[in-house]
Amino acid sequence: MDVAIIGIGLHRFGRSPDMSGMQQGASAVRAALADAGLSWSDMQFAYGGSQDAGNADTLVNELGLTGLQFTNIWNGCATGGSSLHAAYSAIKSGEYDVGVVVGFDKHPRGAFNPKPADWGIDEWYGETGMMLTTQFFALKTQRYMHEHGITEESLIRVSEKAFKNGSLTPTAWRQQALSYDEIANSAMISDPLRKFMFCSPAEGGAALIICNADKAHLYSSKPLFLKTAVVRTRHYGSFEVFAPSQAMKVADAPTVTASKAAFELAGIGPEDIDVMQLQDTDSGTEIIHMAENGFCEHGEQEKLLREGATDINGSMPINTDGGCLANGEPVGASGLRQVYEICVQLRGEGGARQVPNNPKVGYTHVYGAPGLSGVNIISK
Amino acid sequence: MSNQLPIHEGLFTWPSTKPQLLGSRCVNCAETAFPAQPDCRNCGSRETNIVELGDRGTLWTWTIQTFMPKAPYHSDETAETFKPYGVGYVEMPGGVRVESRLLPSKPDELKIGMPMQLEIIPFRTNHTGDQIMTFRFSPVAEA
Repeated sequence: MDVAIIGIGLHRFGRSPDMSGMQQGASAVRAALADAGLSWSDMQFAYGGSQDAGNADTLVNELGLTGLQFTNIWNGCATGGSSLHAAYSAIKSGEYDVGVVVGFDKHPRGAFNPKPADWGIDEWYGETGMMLTTQFFALKTQRYMHEHGITEESLIRVSEKAFKNGSLTPTAWRQQALSYDEIANSAMISDPLRKFMFCSPAEGGAALIICNADKAHLYSSKPLFLKTAVVRTRHYGSFEVFAPSQAMKVADAPTVTASKAAFELAGIGPEDIDVMQLQDTDSGTEIIHMAENGFCEHGEQEKLLREGATDINGSMPINTDGGCLANGEPVGASGLRQVYEICVQLRGEGGARQVPNNPKVGYTHVYGAPGLSGVNIISK
Repeated sequence: MSNQLPIHEGLFTWPSTKPQLLGSRCVNCAETAFPAQPDCRNCGSRETNIVELGDRGTLWTWTIQTFMPKAPYHSDETAETFKPYGVGYVEMPGGVRVESRLLPSKPDELKIGMPMQLEIIPFRTNHTGDQIMTFRFSPVAEA
């Protein structure tokens, strides 16, 4: 049984001071239902999650008490990916025909401040100032640049592309393009990553209506197909966030294993992907994820970025809506925003940011604490 | 008189004139962990022994924390007195890379591969006036 995506909805990321995170989630669901031409009462099941904005199943207070199965999902930055995986499995199993996946969030300003105990770590680690995601991404990028000959130029180019794409995206939070020099001269936050190389915690909502592909044409003239939804966690020996120590032994990152599994299940390879979303919590991480997802060799990114390969008109367009850098990261919604944007591109509805030549296959990837990745492959 | 108390028991030998980081080694697969843990993340064995990891290592990667973290960060600093600090992973002869605060706080003072020395330093003062001690690495002084 195949799985189709027949409705997509977004509540614009950024700041919505007059709305709760929950209301932003409901707004996204309403938009997705309208896109599919369906009602809330048509939904047989829902999976949803948020980190800081409450229990997703409370959304029924906004949308209607219809008695549907509603399951809350919380899986760090892969919350959206995990919700989508659960919904994918629910359809695949034949239990349900149509349902909704929703993610939303509303974070306070500034860097995330997780509690060590929530991650199985003793208090001293947070008290002495080592439990920061920004720090981890800087440490990983620093080592990666050293091993693979990546220079600051590449870090700057990723940000330059992100904000340029944001400027072409009406729903993006940050819509102002930034020059190479503005990025290069922005404040150093965590060496080698500067202010305009980090995404910010934000607010927003995203929702998808998915259904049994055999019935997709009953609902939609433009269904897309979710070929695979994969979530994988870390192996012993991969370099992960919130780790007081690392093994000397080196293992593939969870992104590598999730990506390989997704390609295998879909029966295609990286060369078949026309447009992609790769987790860009910061510009260094997007560079690392290009290789970890199999789209290039380690170290090849410097040349690809200089040639503009990852631009909208390039050979491997990445984060056409500006990604996390231009949209911010409401954790519960972010992974579904990626899928939303891939659907926009595959439908040919990208307007000023549309990838040319009728893209047919898209790819999304998230990475999150404490070392997990989610990958989806979507096709026409 | 104030005491010097470790921020957490079992991270390093203390009190000591030549303190060592402490970790655990798996009896079954010999993989090493820091901090010490009763079970092994590599093979799942529940037999591990506490071991000394040494007091010198090599810098594997680094960054500088330029802004004062929110809670759970807990030092004696205020927004006005906060000073940037280095953070890195130090490869220990005991067979594990340990994340640590670093003394240098400027990029030109840090280089991957440089030899580093463990120090146990006062981190903050508690309500009874005791010094709370933590570990840090600094570059090995030139001979």
